[in-house]
Amino acid sequence: MSPSTESGSIDWEYAPAPESEAIGRVKDRYLPFIDGKFIEGGGDDLVTINPGRGEPLSTVSTVDEADLDTAVRAARRAYEGPWSKLSGAERGKYLFRIARGIAERSRELAVLESLDNGKPIKETRDFDVPTAAQHFFYHAGWADKLGHLGYGPDPRPLGVAGQVIPWNFPLLMAAWKIGPALAAGNTVVIKPAETTPLSALVLAEIIADADLPPGVVNVVTGAGDIGAALVGHPGLDKVAFTGSTAVGKQIQQTLAGTGRKLTLELGGKGANIVFADAAIDQAVEGIVNGIFFNSGQVCCAGSRLLVQEPIAEELITRLIERTETLRVGDPLDKNTDVGAINSRAQWNKITELTQAGIDEGAQVWRSSCPLPDKGFFVSPTIFTGATQTMRIAREEIFGPVLSVITFRTPEEALAKANNSPYGLSAGVWTEKGSRAMAMAARLQAGVIWDNTWNKFDPASPFGGYQESGFGREGGPAGLAAYLDTDDEAVIK
Amino acid sequence: MSIAVAKTYKLYVGGAFPRSESGRTYQVTDAGGSFMANAVQASRKDARDAVVAARKGFGSWSKATPYNRGQVIYRIAEMLQSRQPEFVELLITSRGVDRSEAAAETEAAIDRLVHYAGWTDKLTAVFGSANPVSAPYFNYSAPEPTGVVAIIAPTDAPLLGLVSVIAPVITGGNACVVIAAEADPCVAITFGEVLATSDMPAGVVNILTGSATEIAPHLAAHADVNAMDLTGADDELARQLEVAAAGTVKRVHRPKGRPDFRAAPGTIRLRSFLEIKTVWHPTGAPSLAGGSSY
Amino acid sequence: MPETAIKAAGSPFGDVVADETRLRRFLDGLPGVDPVALEQRAASLATRSIKKQSKLTAIDLAISMVDLTTLEGADTPGKVRNLVRKGLLPDPDRPDTPSVAAVCIYPDLVPVAAQALAGSDNTTGRKINIASVATAFPSGRAASEVKIADVRSAVQAGADEIDMVIDRGAFLAGRYGKIYDEIVAIKEAAGPARLKVILETGELATYDNVRKASWLALLAGGDFIKTSTGKVSPAATLPVTHVMLQAVRDWKRLTGEQRAVKPAGGIRTAKDAIRYLVAVREVAGPEWLDPYWFRFGASSLLNDLIMQRRTQLEGHYWGGDYVTVD
Repeated sequence: MSPSTESGSIDWEYAPAPESEAIGRVKDRYLPFIDGKFIEGGGDDLVTINPGRGEPLSTVSTVDEADLDTAVRAARRAYEGPWSKLSGAERGKYLFRIARGIAERSRELAVLESLDNGKPIKETRDFDVPTAAQHFFYHAGWADKLGHLGYGPDPRPLGVAGQVIPWNFPLLMAAWKIGPALAAGNTVVIKPAETTPLSALVLAEIIADADLPPGVVNVVTGAGDIGAALVGHPGLDKVAFTGSTAVGKQIQQTLAGTGRKLTLELGGKGANIVFADAAIDQAVEGIVNGIFFNSGQVCCAGSRLLVQEPIAEELITRLIERTETLRVGDPLDKNTDVGAINSRAQWNKITELTQAGIDEGAQVWRSSCPLPDKGFFVSPTIFTGATQTMRIAREEIFGPVLSVITFRTPEEALAKANNSPYGLSAGVWTEKGSRAMAMAARLQAGVIWDNTWNKFDPASPFGGYQESGFGREGGPAGLAAYLDTDDEAVIK
Repeated sequence: MSIAVAKTYKLYVGGAFPRSESGRTYQVTDAGGSFMANAVQASRKDARDAVVAARKGFGSWSKATPYNRGQVIYRIAEMLQSRQPEFVELLITSRGVDRSEAAAETEAAIDRLVHYAGWTDKLTAVFGSANPVSAPYFNYSAPEPTGVVAIIAPTDAPLLGLVSVIAPVITGGNACVVIAAEADPCVAITFGEVLATSDMPAGVVNILTGSATEIAPHLAAHADVNAMDLTGADDELARQLEVAAAGTVKRVHRPKGRPDFRAAPGTIRLRSFLEIKTVWHPTGAPSLAGGSSY
Repeated sequence: MPETAIKAAGSPFGDVVADETRLRRFLDGLPGVDPVALEQRAASLATRSIKKQSKLTAIDLAISMVDLTTLEGADTPGKVRNLVRKGLLPDPDRPDTPSVAAVCIYPDLVPVAAQALAGSDNTTGRKINIASVATAFPSGRAASEVKIADVRSAVQAGADEIDMVIDRGAFLAGRYGKIYDEIVAIKEAAGPARLKVILETGELATYDNVRKASWLALLAGGDFIKTSTGKVSPAATLPVTHVMLQAVRDWKRLTGEQRAVKPAGGIRTAKDAIRYLVAVREVAGPEWLDPYWFRFGASSLLNDLIMQRRTQLEGHYWGGDYVTVD
């Protein structure tokens, strides 16, 4: 026997393996969900685009300020009425129903989310949708156990929560917000992002099918102006926002002096630190996952690679080889690794910052993977020779663009990693346990990943230091955000 | 009769007692309206220097073990106890309260410090958690100090109020810059002397005297201040400071009402200045015989 | 010095094999393997969706990569003759089905296989190799001279390939030099036959050890690194194969030489086999998608491949009665 050809390779390409679009059951038009009903909003319709093709996907009726008032009033009525009269156990049972409902419609939701957001079906199917169900399941179990949190035997909810969520994990972010809020006994008015409204509205169907009392969850639709009106609404007791740092600061300013509670989950510029003694093959996987998962459109993306000088060259060689194997393309193809960028606007921003990196003198490498000719796609990009002063090392790009910086010692790695107003995530790759622990202790970030990246779980508190926001989501710390935990005695 | 040596009340910054770089002072009167002392009127540059000192102090304070921090806070209680008569006199003179009231306040302040000394090595156990994630990782959350906290001290209860806002902040490992109540600089700086003799690293607590309205906005906008406690600020000042704090996403604590410092403290002041850090570390089967974790 | 040792000496790794101390330092200095991240990558790659033509191509490729195996104490000449016929023409009703790569048997039955294969080139137009286990398979516990004699007798009887086992006791005791010398000697005794080195990953117990043993076998001149004897559990797994594919890829990058990989034991379904091929393609590279560079050590796998092949071509599912059992 001898090899078939000199290069010995059979040409084995993967045939297209598209998930069926029909499973997503996309409707022509969707309505906001207020006070237990899907109603016509008073605002103009918005068109949501399928970023994988750059074409319209569906239309959504949006709300106006009068509708917002209606929603907040409905949430207040529900809070003061049926919802506060239910025991924790009964509230929990509603949340368990919602978790099951998501699981039952999981395939439909996965397809819909891929179509509306542009991310690969592999991710929505294996991560976004199952994790969303898990969040509801986890929080359902807390509803009758709040007395174990350490805030007294019967901590009270805050009341009506206004929540604004981003477009990068639409369904999952809705779960992160609604789950703990309801478990703690609050009612909710939530606004999904204008480019990704659909999965939250299907979640509203699931919530309606679960027979949740009207007004407990209200899903309002619209753009930034509606978001601003919602977070500033005087009828709220609590505001929760996930999105950019710039908008987060505006919200914090708006709420000044109002006494309304606020939690913010904002941007980041995560440092992924690889030591020379790292398990190098797994470090490469972790770097790839850190910056190319969801096309890098993740607040906690590992967008800065800090690699120890002795292995920098070898690591980058392996990283480039590995990145070349990433399949960029149709989000609905089950073999696609990297999908579309969510919008033309985001695509422009990524392109602009990438150009800035080139102009500032970093060396750019882009994957040669062919891109579809329609839709918003960016090739996986790696900048080497980046320095701390470059925009690509400081500003959040929110795309599949990695900046590589070298370091010599652990102290230098810490100094560079912490040298940012952000502080959401950081990661350490080393085989030495004591070093992993020492770095974890000194990194100024709310989430530290040792020998891994992008791991999430409803039991694990998530949130940032400094300008990455305050407050946590998930775990017992996450419930605190939706309870009245001010236990200081006051003079009447 | 000998002539008493009058005391100059200066700022307490970086473990020392400097005057204001502006050279300004203001007159403090006692309860009867007579001249009591000249106190320093802190400027924004003093505030800036205090933040630098606090950041430095935070460096050593946050690296100390929780046990060590508890011992230091207990020593503050010891030092305060040993000077209790002096504080009683000071409260009577400056506030005009009767002796038993003054004694009760100083005892409560001492007890408050003892209470917080016992918290330092329990925070992680009470506010942290080992998290049962559904993936092969050991996962834990632990509270860490946020860094430098700017505090506007309350105008009630000059000693007890001051102690009640400072102690929970440093218990968690933070450093602070405190704007003392304008009418009570003598109590505040004398307490600074107590701190200075308590083995506490320089810069962990810095006390500025003067006008909160003038100084606080600079602290609220200062990018190296991580958090603010607005207890002593009136509604208008508090709102203004919250707006400024938003510029760097500071953590801001506002009490929900007028705190009753005589009551047992809750935990809100501790928690407001702690960050929860969550760490994931891979575990899984110790060998291939255990099968794949995925 | 044996030719393979000289080859290694001329390679970038010449001094590494000069003595046991240097060899141990080199192997212990290789980067570690994080098991959780490795297993996650293997599981994630296993979700690739291989359909339609790419599935058919994969099935045919997998069939052509099978080392059709019988390694039982109860093996008889009749069993081996059936195996050979099956290997040559796996699905007689569909003569376009590829042959397997080889049959894999005990050394004393090699003459039976050789006779069964004599002239098959003319009668069927096909040829498959004879792979023989040797070196006191499966335990490897015998004196070196006995193991070498085992190899020589198999080659003399007509084996084209030798599947040897490493001394795991020596490995776990850190005696890497002994293993190195043994592989070099066995490679020499195998003459023209290609040498597959079985690491017995289930006994090595950790991924770090699998990486070290892979490098050890490559340094000593093994043509294939093979996971298992099939007699110990766990046998082949996707993560373990990932580590070995990474090793041959690194070896090629550093020396220019391509070496081969064979997972064996526990691969039962076409679905499994396709997952392995995805791993080959994405971890090592498309250059390894060839029976010369990759094999499956399996027995029941072949029937599942045949059934899946029919399903792909004819559009419905099949049952066990439609494929031959030997």
